[in-house]
Order: sequence, then structure tokens, then C-alpha cells
Amino acid sequence: MTPPPKGADAPGAEAPLLSVTDLRTYFHTNNGVARAVDGVSFTVAQGETVGLVGESGCGKSVTALSLMRLIQSPGRIEPGSSVRFEGTELLTLSEADMRRVRGNRMAMVFQEPMSALNPVFTVGDQIAEVARIHSRASRRDAWRQAVAMLELTGMPAPEQRAHEYPHQLSGGMRQRVLIAMALMMNPALIVADEPTTALDVTIQAQILELLADLQRRTGTSILMITHDLGVIAETARRVIVMYAGEVVEQSAVGPLFATPHHPYTEGLLAAMPRMGRRRDRLRVIPGTVPPPTDWPTGCRFRARCQYSWDRCANEHPPLYDLGDGRRSRCHLAVEPGRRAHPHEPLAAQAVPAR
Amino acid sequence: MPLPPLLISGASTPAPRWRGSKTAVVACAALVVVVLLALLAPVLTSYGEAQILPGSELLPPSRTHLFGTDVLGRDVLTRVLYGSRISLGLAFLATVVATALGTAVGAAAGYSGGRVDALLMRLVDTLLALPRVLLLIGLLAIWPQLPLHVFVLVLGLTAWFPLSRLVRAEVRAIVTRDHVLAARALGSGHLQIVFRHVLPNAIGTVLVAAPLIAGGVIVLEAGLSFLGVGVQPPTASWGSIAYDGFEVVNSAWWVALFPGLAIAFTVTAINMLGDVLRDALDPRQLPLR
Repeated sequence: MTPPPKGADAPGAEAPLLSVTDLRTYFHTNNGVARAVDGVSFTVAQGETVGLVGESGCGKSVTALSLMRLIQSPGRIEPGSSVRFEGTELLTLSEADMRRVRGNRMAMVFQEPMSALNPVFTVGDQIAEVARIHSRASRRDAWRQAVAMLELTGMPAPEQRAHEYPHQLSGGMRQRVLIAMALMMNPALIVADEPTTALDVTIQAQILELLADLQRRTGTSILMITHDLGVIAETARRVIVMYAGEVVEQSAVGPLFATPHHPYTEGLLAAMPRMGRRRDRLRVIPGTVPPPTDWPTGCRFRARCQYSWDRCANEHPPLYDLGDGRRSRCHLAVEPGRRAHPHEPLAAQAVPAR
Repeated sequence: MPLPPLLISGASTPAPRWRGSKTAVVACAALVVVVLLALLAPVLTSYGEAQILPGSELLPPSRTHLFGTDVLGRDVLTRVLYGSRISLGLAFLATVVATALGTAVGAAAGYSGGRVDALLMRLVDTLLALPRVLLLIGLLAIWPQLPLHVFVLVLGLTAWFPLSRLVRAEVRAIVTRDHVLAARALGSGHLQIVFRHVLPNAIGTVLVAAPLIAGGVIVLEAGLSFLGVGVQPPTASWGSIAYDGFEVVNSAWWVALFPGLAIAFTVTAINMLGDVLRDALDPRQLPLR
């Protein structure tokens, strides 16, 4: 009785499926170096759903594309970064080997289900194509698998729908097609980049449920990238909060919602509408994410933070370990007393409200 | 009041909708007629292509000679029919060559981007800057007895530059689309992306441009033959017949007029076909109307 072969040097069941270490993806533009992802580390375990949240421009999507090594010039994953997946370092793989990972072991679901499908081929054809790329499946077998996959995603009349073109399907159906394509080869990890953002709220819930259901059946891991904490609350077990190209907080979902440690997370939660809580107006985080060519020194969130003090200007906060798998990139971790003295953030003072 | 017809979307297999378009019908019919006339030339006329009828020089159109006769006493209708074989054949083959080259260069430049793109496009800029007619006249002056197949090649090799720029621009736009990124994310290789995800989406551009190239080649061939440097006598092409008629245009207008009409008729039909093809093959305009 020998155990089934795992990844080449997987030391055991405890090794995470994906471990990203000090990932830095810089864009070398004429206007300077945009450090879109700047030293991000996290892991995703087998069968786990991890949420990656943050607002636009904080580096979520670039992180996702970096995992798949889909960054295009002038973007570059900087030396020293590491993405280990199923025991293999992806960043040093040859392009041909990397192609065998993409769509096969690690697949992606995109935000815009319309534009992510090729308008000139039927959806069945496009799903079948995945099998044709990664296996020696015959045309007929690939088609049969594609129809079966569509059925698995809850597509009504899959046999007939497979013959239709993307523009003939609704947004929700197209997203099912994209999910079918992603799941075709039964990948170990699905990177879902804002999979529900372009959909109606009712369809959103269906798609999230579908993803969760498929995950239960196939045991795949999901990295759920979103700006919507509601989506995280519904799907993920663990959350990574990104801001300005960095991880600013890491936590299990429950504790994060109960007691956010980083002021940015606090702001995100306060900006989220919640049932059963009476409030006349949602709070906003003043200001915007600074441009990635020009991250502030010290704490990158300082200008928008209601607790900032001089230490935040001078010292770039490390990702403090708070125990219980929680981490926060905020000096409040070592000076918790400061939380008692909130003030108007700099960004709010600079730009008078309305 | 009659009920509006039920809109039945052809659901699974959308057929191109050219039946609905009058332009399509007219253009296709016209081209079919032109091609049939060319193919059936020996059946349609009892005269030979270069057969001289002594004593019948410069006869005006009549029942025996519908298009009249030329200065040597040859039946103009016969020559126009046989000439269409040369003119259409040249146009078709030259267009195939030009379309293939233009698409290949455009796709290579647009997909590669960067230095390859810059290099190829500067090359095309240079080629576009050359006056094509003068270039061809020069070439044909150096090599007057240019065999027809070389002439075709030369026409094709000098007709692809504008198409390559169109295709390149289209490809540049297509490669930034999400479905190309999605294809990469699914593990597709470069060739697969180019042939499945990029070029099929650029086909509209090619299909609209190809008839324009064909029309251009017909006109250019006619022009060169008219200048006496293209198709050489006694072989007839529309341009060479018009050339024969040019000297006597004041006394015998029919010799130059009919080949001219043939050119205008054919080129118009071809251009119409280009538009129809674009409309018909754009899948976003298939059912669900």
C-alpha cells in the first residue's frame, strides 16, 4: 500500500497547495516603476477558499495574474519572488511547462463573462477546447465532456446551449460557461477574479452558491478576489486584505468581521451595508489609493487613516503577528492605546467634503 | 391587421443571413454572371479570341457583332469575354497572394508587438511610400515580356501593404481583449491564440479588404495594360482591349467603352460583396435580431 504520488517534494499533507512568498510585480513604465504588488505573501491550503479583498488599484488582480504568470510587458515579476504550487516553483518553470499548469492545475474565472469569451465560437466549442489543449481527447469526447460540464454548472438545456454563441446567453449563463471552462480539467486551484461583480445581485448569489457547491464536490481550492466583503463573508474561510500592493491584514473570516485590526479593514467594514444595523449613511474611507509609482514612505494608508501619528510617517509597519493566524500591518498592534484617539484623516482635511 | 411574424431565432446553427439582403443578392448574382461569362466564353461566341475578320475593321455594334469590331477586325464581345478570364484570373490570384501576405505580416506585427512590430511596420511604411504604378511600369519596362504568372505574383506582392496595416491595427486591439487573456489563462499556446482567438475575430477586416484589393488589382492591371506594359497582345484583357480602342476612340467609341463598362460593373459588384460579407460573417449580427 503506497500512498498516491503527490507533488515532487511535497513534505506531507500539511504543505499548502499554494504558497506565495514575497511576490513583487513591478511595471517598468516611462513614468517610473509602478510597484503594483510589493512583497505579498500568503498561502492557500487544499480545498480551502481564501478571500483576497481590497479596493480598485490595490494590486489584487495583478496578484492573480502573477500567480498564473500572465503579466505582460512592461510588467515583470521581480527576482526573489516565489510562487510554489503543488510543490513546484512556478516562477522558474519554462513557458511550455507553465502552459501545462494554466487551465489544467490552476484555472481562472474572469470578471467580465462577456468579454472573456471568444465571440466567434460556440460556447461548447470553447469549453471543449480546454480538453483539447490539455488532453488528447478526441473532438467528440471533448464535446461530450463540455456538455457534461455545462450540466454540472446548472446550465439549463446544456446540450442545446453548447451550440450557442456567447452573445446569445445571459450574463449569468456566460459566467457558468466560464466556470465550466475553469473546472474542465478539475484544477487544484481556481483563481476567481471578481466573478460576480458584473452580475445582477440575484445571479451573484446563484454563482457563489454554484462555486461553493462545485468546490464541495471536487475539493478544489478557490482564491476569491473581490472588493466586496459580502462575497467574502459568504464564501471564504480566511481573508487577506490588500492595500497599496501589500497585505495589510490576514485573518479567519469570523474574527475579521468581529474585530478588524487594521484601520483599512475597519474602514472597509464600515463602508459595507449590513442588515439589522440602523445607520442613516454609510461611512466612506476618505481619499483614494495612492498611485503605485509613488507609494508613500512609512505607512501607505497613513493619509486616509483616522489614527495615524508620527510613527506612521517614519516607520513602514511590518506585518505584525497577532497570534491565532491573525496578522496586521499597523503600528496599533504595538501601540493599541492610540486607537482611543481618532482624528480627521489627512486626506479628508486636504479635500474638503462636498 | 395581420399579426407580426413570429421571430424564430435559428437557435443552434445560425446560417448566414444573406438571403435577406438585396445588396447581397445583386452583388452575388452580378459576380456569378461575370464568372459564368468568362468560363463559357468559347460557348458564347463563335469567333476566336484573336481571330481577325478581314474586311470587318471597326464595325459599329450590330446584330452580328454586339460590341462591334476593333481596328484589326476582331469581334470586341469575344475579346471582352476572353479578356475577362485574364482580368478576373489575375485579380483572383493576386488577391489571394496579397491577402495571405498582408494577413500574415499584420498578424505577426500586431501579435508580437514591440520591436518586431516596429520593424515590420516601418518596412510597410517604406513600401507604401513607393509609387506602386511607377514601380510596376519600371519593372515591366525592364522586363517587357513578363510571363503572366510572374505578372500575377508581382501584382500580389505589391498589393498587401495597406491590408497588413489594417490587420495589424485590428490584431493590436484584439490581443488586449479579455478572451485572449482568458485563452492564455487556459493554457493556449501562441499559435493557437493567433489562429483561434485573434484571426477569426479579425476576419471581418480581411473580408472587407480582400474585395477592395481585387477591385484595385483589376483596375491596376487594366491601367498597366492600357499603358501598354501589362498583358501583351494578342492576349486580351479588359485593359489591353481598352488600349486598342484608345487610338480610335473618336471614331469607334465601342472598342474602349465595353471593356471599360466590364471593369466598372465587376469592380462595383466586388465592392458590394465586400460589405455584404462583413455583415454576414459578423457573428454578433447573426440571430437574436
